[in-house]
Amino acid sequence: MYDGLQRPLEVLSRKTGEFIARGVQASPLPEDKLWRFVPSLEVGSSVGPGSQLGAVAESHIIEHRILVPPNLKGRVVEIHEGDFNIHDTVAVLETRGEDGISRVEIPLAQRWPVRQPRPYQTRLAPREPLISGTRIIDAFFPVAKGGSAIIPGGFGTGKTVTEHSLARWADADVVVYVGCGERGNEMTEVLEEFPTLEDPRTGAPLMKRTVLIANTSNMPVAAREASIYTGITIAEYYRDMGYDVLMLADSTSRWGEALREISGRLEEMPGEEGYPAYLAARLAEFYERSGRVACLGGSQENGVPQRYGSVTVIGAVSPPGGDFSEPMTQNSMRVVGTFWALDYDLSRRRHFPAINWTRSFSLYDLREWYRGRVAPDWDDLTREALALLQREVELLEIVQLVGPDALAETERAVLASARMLREDLLQQSAYHGVDRYCPASKAYWMLKAIMDFHHRTQSAVQSGVPLQKVSALPTVTEIARMKELPLDEAETHIKMVMDHVRSGFAEWGVN
Amino acid sequence: MIKDFPMPRLITTEYRTLSEIRGPLVFVERTSNVAYNEIVEILTPQGELRLGQVLEVDHARCMVRVFLGTTGLGLRQTRVRFLGDVARVDVSLSMLGRALDGSGQPIDGGAPIIPEFSLDINGLPINPSVRTHPSEFIQTGVSAIDGLNTLTRGQKLPIFSGAGLPANELAAQIASQARVAGGDKSLDSEPFAVVFAAIGITNREAAFFMDQFQASDAMDRTVLFINRAEDPSMERLLTPRAALTTAEYLAFTHDRHVLVIMTDMTNYCESLREIAAASEEVPGRRGYPGYMYSDLASLYERAGRLRSKSGSVTRLMILTMPDDDITHPIPDLTGYITEGQIVLSRDLHRKGIYPPIDVLPSLSRMMNAGIGESKTRADHRAVADQLYALYAEGRDLRRLVAIIGEAALSADDRRVLDFARQFEERYVSQGMTDRSMSETLELPGICCPSCLPNRSSAYLGNISKGITANDHRLCHPHEVAGLQSANRAGEAGTRVARAETRRPAQRVFANRGYGGRPFGCAAGCRRGRLPGLLPGQSPLPGRK
Repeated sequence: MYDGLQRPLEVLSRKTGEFIARGVQASPLPEDKLWRFVPSLEVGSSVGPGSQLGAVAESHIIEHRILVPPNLKGRVVEIHEGDFNIHDTVAVLETRGEDGISRVEIPLAQRWPVRQPRPYQTRLAPREPLISGTRIIDAFFPVAKGGSAIIPGGFGTGKTVTEHSLARWADADVVVYVGCGERGNEMTEVLEEFPTLEDPRTGAPLMKRTVLIANTSNMPVAAREASIYTGITIAEYYRDMGYDVLMLADSTSRWGEALREISGRLEEMPGEEGYPAYLAARLAEFYERSGRVACLGGSQENGVPQRYGSVTVIGAVSPPGGDFSEPMTQNSMRVVGTFWALDYDLSRRRHFPAINWTRSFSLYDLREWYRGRVAPDWDDLTREALALLQREVELLEIVQLVGPDALAETERAVLASARMLREDLLQQSAYHGVDRYCPASKAYWMLKAIMDFHHRTQSAVQSGVPLQKVSALPTVTEIARMKELPLDEAETHIKMVMDHVRSGFAEWGVN
Repeated sequence: MIKDFPMPRLITTEYRTLSEIRGPLVFVERTSNVAYNEIVEILTPQGELRLGQVLEVDHARCMVRVFLGTTGLGLRQTRVRFLGDVARVDVSLSMLGRALDGSGQPIDGGAPIIPEFSLDINGLPINPSVRTHPSEFIQTGVSAIDGLNTLTRGQKLPIFSGAGLPANELAAQIASQARVAGGDKSLDSEPFAVVFAAIGITNREAAFFMDQFQASDAMDRTVLFINRAEDPSMERLLTPRAALTTAEYLAFTHDRHVLVIMTDMTNYCESLREIAAASEEVPGRRGYPGYMYSDLASLYERAGRLRSKSGSVTRLMILTMPDDDITHPIPDLTGYITEGQIVLSRDLHRKGIYPPIDVLPSLSRMMNAGIGESKTRADHRAVADQLYALYAEGRDLRRLVAIIGEAALSADDRRVLDFARQFEERYVSQGMTDRSMSETLELPGICCPSCLPNRSSAYLGNISKGITANDHRLCHPHEVAGLQSANRAGEAGTRVARAETRRPAQRVFANRGYGGRPFGCAAGCRRGRLPGLLPGQSPLPGRK
């Protein structure tokens, strides 16, 4: 856990007590701790930028791969196995430069300027979704591994809760969480909770895969501006080792405001709403540091396997007054691939996550993956469900104008199904023991059960069964409870629910 | 806590090199060795001593803002001394029961404060790694807050008010009723203190607060910082900082639970704008300086609890939304920093409802940490969500009724509409009474789950989360029969739900008194137990 300048906060608290005094220095990494380095190369091998020299077990889930720094290549002349601290030399390279052959010592730790993107070999198209465990995201607006997304929303719409649940359950190897100008108490919540939560994939405490950068709103502005870059550089560093990294920034608006404040103090010419004119460029630069890449260091010739890594960037945006036309939201929207619009109205109804399904979008084409990995009809189901929700919006407008009596029975059935979709699928409690994490397969079966119910309702109502009777079916309650089914039995039970639905409707001769 | 004393310089240079006076600012030339934010003594030609603060330092020139205004200063005769120190406030336990001005000097005619420490009023940020998460609720005695937007220790919660709304009354009521832990009235066992900072308030308001504190015997655990509307606006920037420094001192040096109440933050922001404009800074939204977020954050974030200390700082800030506009920069930026907000509504106020808290836009982000089993009640969250969702729906229906008339609504919708009315009149509205947490959670006809209008699957879903069928049976035998058959059909689902909830609910139930009527609540439930009431028929009085 660091502040915006990568000063470790635990060390600072030992140095200056509960309050952070000014002008304290602390090394970002523990300098006296010894790490076991295991080389994977032998003396004499030739290496390029990013080649793996060996590895250190950082924790039992993350193998910290020690790479040749991106600007070096040459021949390994010395390499040692053993226990080292971060500044000890573990290998010596012989490099050929303009001024002849020189020897370069490589320690465990690297330094990198945060404002400069770390290099990679090639960029790859994002083709695989980052499964977030949140149904509305996975089903309707997925973000790709290596993609970027923003979550704009006024205060109280659940930006932070959404980011927290992404940090908890997203299927990334490493999560970098930047609390940029946010509340101290929220960072504490993460700190207290993450060590107790289990990563659903590895079973290790979530803290083991998380880097926290906490620059609360009352810490200095300049550090806040830097914190985003500190975060993304750490993310890129792990990406280069071949991991899928998720970087969460809460909130980028605070970073934008830091830019504005510094720019104002420099007396630069202000652009829109006082933000500096280079805001859009800075934002684009930042979001473009996300991506799925073939890392440096792999090559066919040497028979070194190619490593692939990705950085997914998800930024929260806090638009003043919840008005999305302000510069931070608009400039970010243009460069990101997924947009989750949080909505005041939904949050007021306690519909969480309050992601508005009519305004959000995802530009990533991940159908291939879903078809192959989840279910062949995934794509059709989600499209149909979205269309149903859209139809609901239209019908509700009519209700607002002329009252519910004007609707036909089938249209009222559409409203009932859409309501079921909203309440039993899209609503998800981030605090419920089971419901907080929903893998794609469970989401699929839930969606399938609801759409199945919808189809049967439609044909039942068309054949003259009153809607009231359909709504009174006991399976309606079962559908409402699907969320709470434990993950391992979810599929069988939902199939059972669907059987009940089938038999319930069969009484009226509908199948 | 940083315990250092001011280090006076041995030699003090006095400058008579004023080159310009503009608004609250004076410019001093040919200065050397001057620091940013340093405190300055200004001796006026009349021999009066005023304080100021360095705002900007150039290589040989510096800008000073004068706290008591620049009226009467001349370029030639004014003398300026740099004190070599930042603004400090003297703190000691003897401040309790005293009224002080914005910079910490007594204004109640009493003796000066004998300082235990002299602290930098700007404070230092709390290291996030030593904070602990707020987890104990504070009972304010106000249902709309306790039940739906619970306040916890270490939280910062603003009250968004409008001109003419009774925010001050509410703040005073909370200050005198606030208690900790489960309705226990033995507040005195917990060391508790109130720090009250009045920023730019009128004499009438100041008198109101003084009266309130004295009437509720709370005065001897209260420190008042009062900056009146006629005091110089510069001092408004010092007032909250001096108050917070005092609060931190009481909380983290003397282990008290401190509730800091500030009113009115809008006046503070106006002063900030005034000074920014005078020093020709680039204005941001609506002329407020671009750094207003950081500036407010440096105030608001000074709340919380520390792992190593038993004291806490909890904050309530009152701010007036100009033109009731919640998107105005002041409430907007505040909402982004604080942990929720309480919003007062003019509509409710006009209906004569006190406190006029509009629960829909109100929110407490720390609520989940403070409620639940062993704190309030296991099903607190479920009950709150249910009330919230129904009230939101009722408000929507009201809009619809305005267009199509009530007759066009379905019977179900009419019940929801009626619920919304009852909710406002009986739950939100309570006058100056002090309701305990259990009274709030068991308010007859409002909080009993079976008395609420039944709304489809979400309703049943929530019941399964928080309230067991068992709980339900005692009120409404008929509905339970239906629920049980549903349970049998969907056994998988209920097995989970039951395992999670059975025990807490039963225990809670055993504790409940329902005002001397065990297992039935006043209005709805007694009717619910009458023989012959069919499921679906409204148990609310006066409704079929």
